[in-house]
Amino acid sequence: MEPRRTSRTVSDPKVRQVGFFTSQHHHHHHHHLPERSFSEPPLPDPFHTSTSTSSAPVTDVSPSGNLLSPVMILPSRHHSDNLHRLSHRATSPTASFSYFARAVVVRENDDSLLSPGRRGIAVKSPSSVVAASSFPKEKAGGASVEVQNDRPAKSKPLKQKTSKAERRATQEAQRAAKAAAKAFFNLLLKLAVDLYSLAEGSKTSAAVPGPVNSANTKTAKSPKSPSQKNDAVSVAAAEKKAGDRQLEKDRKKDVPHPRMQYDDQSRVEKAKRRAVVKQTEARNRVELFRHLPQYEHGTQLPDLESKFFQLDPMHPAVYKVGLQYLSGDICGGNARCIAMLQAFQETIRSYSTPPEKSLVRDLTAKISSYVSFLNECRPLSISMGNAIRFLKSTIAKLPLSMSESEAKATLQADIDRFINEKIILADNVIVKHAVTKIRDGDVLLTYGASSAVEMVLLHAHELGKQFRVVVVDSRPKLEGQLLLRRLVGRGLGCTYTHINAVSYIMHEVTRVFLGASSILSNGTVYSRVGTACVAMAAHAFGVPVLVCCEAYKFHERVQLDSICFNELGDPDAISKVHGREEINYLDGSTNSENLQLLNLTYDATPSDYVSIVITDYGMVPPTSVPVIVREYRKEHLWI
Amino acid sequence: MDFQVVVLAGGMSKNLVPLVSKEVPTALLPVANRPVISYVLEHLEQNNLKDLIVVVEGKDAALLVGGWISSAYVDRLHVEVAAVPEDVGTAGAIRAIAHHLTAEDILVVSGDLVSDVPPGAVAAAHRRHGAVVTAMLCSAPVSGPLESGSVGGKDKIKRPGRYDIIGLDPTKQFLLYIATGGEIEKGTRIQKSILRPAGLVEIRSDLMDAHMYAFKRSVLQDVLDRKDAFQSLKQDVLPYLVRSQLHSEALPKGAPLVEENGNEKVSTQNNQAMVSRILANASTPSFHESYELGPNGSASVRRTHKCGAYIASNSKYCVRLNSIQAFMDINRDVIGEANHLSGYSFSAHNNIIHPSAELGSKTTVGPHCMLGEGSQMGDKCSVKRSVIGRHCRIGSNVKIVNSVVMNHVTIADGCSIQGSVICSNVQLQERVSLRDCQVGAGFVVTAGSEYKGESLARKEK
Repeated sequence: MEPRRTSRTVSDPKVRQVGFFTSQHHHHHHHHLPERSFSEPPLPDPFHTSTSTSSAPVTDVSPSGNLLSPVMILPSRHHSDNLHRLSHRATSPTASFSYFARAVVVRENDDSLLSPGRRGIAVKSPSSVVAASSFPKEKAGGASVEVQNDRPAKSKPLKQKTSKAERRATQEAQRAAKAAAKAFFNLLLKLAVDLYSLAEGSKTSAAVPGPVNSANTKTAKSPKSPSQKNDAVSVAAAEKKAGDRQLEKDRKKDVPHPRMQYDDQSRVEKAKRRAVVKQTEARNRVELFRHLPQYEHGTQLPDLESKFFQLDPMHPAVYKVGLQYLSGDICGGNARCIAMLQAFQETIRSYSTPPEKSLVRDLTAKISSYVSFLNECRPLSISMGNAIRFLKSTIAKLPLSMSESEAKATLQADIDRFINEKIILADNVIVKHAVTKIRDGDVLLTYGASSAVEMVLLHAHELGKQFRVVVVDSRPKLEGQLLLRRLVGRGLGCTYTHINAVSYIMHEVTRVFLGASSILSNGTVYSRVGTACVAMAAHAFGVPVLVCCEAYKFHERVQLDSICFNELGDPDAISKVHGREEINYLDGSTNSENLQLLNLTYDATPSDYVSIVITDYGMVPPTSVPVIVREYRKEHLWI
Repeated sequence: MDFQVVVLAGGMSKNLVPLVSKEVPTALLPVANRPVISYVLEHLEQNNLKDLIVVVEGKDAALLVGGWISSAYVDRLHVEVAAVPEDVGTAGAIRAIAHHLTAEDILVVSGDLVSDVPPGAVAAAHRRHGAVVTAMLCSAPVSGPLESGSVGGKDKIKRPGRYDIIGLDPTKQFLLYIATGGEIEKGTRIQKSILRPAGLVEIRSDLMDAHMYAFKRSVLQDVLDRKDAFQSLKQDVLPYLVRSQLHSEALPKGAPLVEENGNEKVSTQNNQAMVSRILANASTPSFHESYELGPNGSASVRRTHKCGAYIASNSKYCVRLNSIQAFMDINRDVIGEANHLSGYSFSAHNNIIHPSAELGSKTTVGPHCMLGEGSQMGDKCSVKRSVIGRHCRIGSNVKIVNSVVMNHVTIADGCSIQGSVICSNVQLQERVSLRDCQVGAGFVVTAGSEYKGESLARKEK
């Protein structure tokens, strides 16, 4: 971290000089000040920005920067400062030649409301993550995520005298950066999202302070106006400079990804050493999906099984759930989440605080280790991530004075409450809402087997509505058959077809009900692979698409494609046809270098194809998901 | 992991007379100069199972086994040796120690199992399915010497190579039928009631019940309490559980669900029902669950329990020492193919010769052989594929092939031993020729005698 900082202090023209600055920098800096004074009331005199870290304008002064040079101060990564600066940039002429893109993700929470310093400018936008590509939008200042355009590292302030060669270099760099900025836009978003969830991850897991945390908290921790001191806003700033590969590399070393990028050799090696589940990586992986974990499925289960008695610290209940994830005995978002929570309940029941340790810390660490074990068994779903966050924050909020037995009882009750309120009651509410959308004579299409949709259908049937169900299914899981069996068992009229025929069957369908693994902030529905296809077909046929999803599955992440986050299933599952041994066309060639099998588990449905999201807060358009994410978080326990 | 391990060390197996005697119970029979029970114990120890209950039939045998275990594992394992009366059977043995059993699940291992199949795998399969019992199945051993070119005894009368008849469901995870091979004479019946829901039953005769079971303790004790007549786990308890799996009396399955909530509202029970329904719907149902649901998908009162099976992979070694043939096979394998089990380090010649052993000139000890501590061999001897114990005195011109020679055996010059077991303290006088014989402890074979396929033992007083 330090070496990088040093180099930046020297080379980065953006370095703000506070105190003794030269004339051209002064001019540049000048623009900041009014803005700042607007945002930060306690600023005494805009033109005498003091060098001492205690005064208000220097909130962003990072201690390390301070150490390096008494006058050169790094640009802050603190969100509020960024917000101000970028709104300033948008207006100031200097911004016109800046191509340095910076993605900032800001997490809001209730505490931020209390901060008077921010109140003035931080307009709470409905969307917690918005990508703004144009300046005017930034100017609005309402977006909490913005792409900030900054000057490239190499370019120098215009007013500085430059030689011809330098100027040309600058121009070229700018041109390159311009092109790159556009091309990297998507990438940046992904990066921003990455870092965002990382910042969040590092915040929730108190046990592992990641380097990024330190990078961010360094600024956050630095003395600032008292109102901001407790501000838990986490900022992750992603910077990407065209041509600055070295920096990029350094960062990669510093920043542990929340979800490991599995194409990063060294990290994979490291993780492997820690891993409980022995994982042999599949050899032929599809290039585009190399960053996702994929293992030889056959080897994991026997290995984990044989280690049954060696894993002493693992609680049997957690172990059992892990095994069931690994072997595919439990799948489906709600079921996995419930199973996990129940296992945690079990562990809490049999938990006793070791001597000289505090329950809050030790139990959090324990839960973290269980979570990483479960994650090795199968990547956690977003809903599980939310549930874990809830549990950890509940543990963290236990009063210290509480006795162990009380704390345990409270936690168990809290988990029960979570299951009941967020899953069971939520489903009931969803059913109540969704049933109003079913009329007599409807033909309802559903894809896969969603527990919420199933309840809707069954309930509508119980109410005596006359409708028919089309169950669309897909290989290799064929979950639809299970749903079909249960529906037919209850006396519903059903049609069963595979997704290949969806365009045909869509003619007669009047409503499409879909389940979701998660709904993201931009309204993207993240669900079983094939959902997007069904939704698009429905859209093309003008059939309304209703997505039933409990609000605890919402997530503030933004995802534009199903590439950066996904899960790879067992490639053998698609190369072999179960029960038909005579279909063995791929026999022998599955190990061929030229063949890469891709068994994706999820896909992302753009919000354009979703008519309505039915959730426990009512029926909302997909664009309102971020509102619920925000309000929900404010209102409830999880931070 | 909430498992308790019970090692059933048995007493004196009738199958193994004359190898076993009052002094040498089955558990202490030497396999590659180590008591057979040590293989089980060390295997368990490797798998981090250090609290064991060893059940021995007969007080004297228990003393012997307990003495040996405490001397060998005093600081490594925490072993409780329990003596039960003879002839109570395996089920009776469990019944007798029932008050020691407290854990949720019990792992029952036979003390004569020589195997490297991880017991954790059985336990994990058991837990994963929430089964009542999970049995480990391994491929039935091909009995008799495998590639023993020098053994002429092809005409040996062997027991038919039929061990167990095992019915599995299509996923090979559940037991649908089990019968011991010996019981089946002409035909057997498989219940339709099991066949129908399962759809397909795979009947295998190439699998063997390895006598390593994971039992749910509550169920096992319940069955043992209710069925007084049950003697054997393998022949009574296991078939009973398998037979009754679709109309379970054993396990009040709903019991944990119907916890008394007392004054709680009805809604919580509804919620719980919903939770369990979500969980049930999400998992791929085994035929048990489908059967429980009944034909119309409505919840019914059918109660089932699961009998799991864990099939050890073919690459694993798994044999029980329950016959003389098996004894010879295991001895051969442990210093041969499956030598990782023996725990010895092999020399460059692929054999183990204790440094204190003395060999005469022109004596050759071939590969896959073992020569114990302090044994002496004369000149021009030849040892092939055999185990020779401690402190044996072997004269000149002795040929030992495919045999097991235990401790303190004296073999005079010119003897020829093929495919035989020579127990401890036996004296073979000059020019004795033994082929496929078992010589009981302390027996004296007179000079020049020739035996073939006989069992020689001292008359019990």
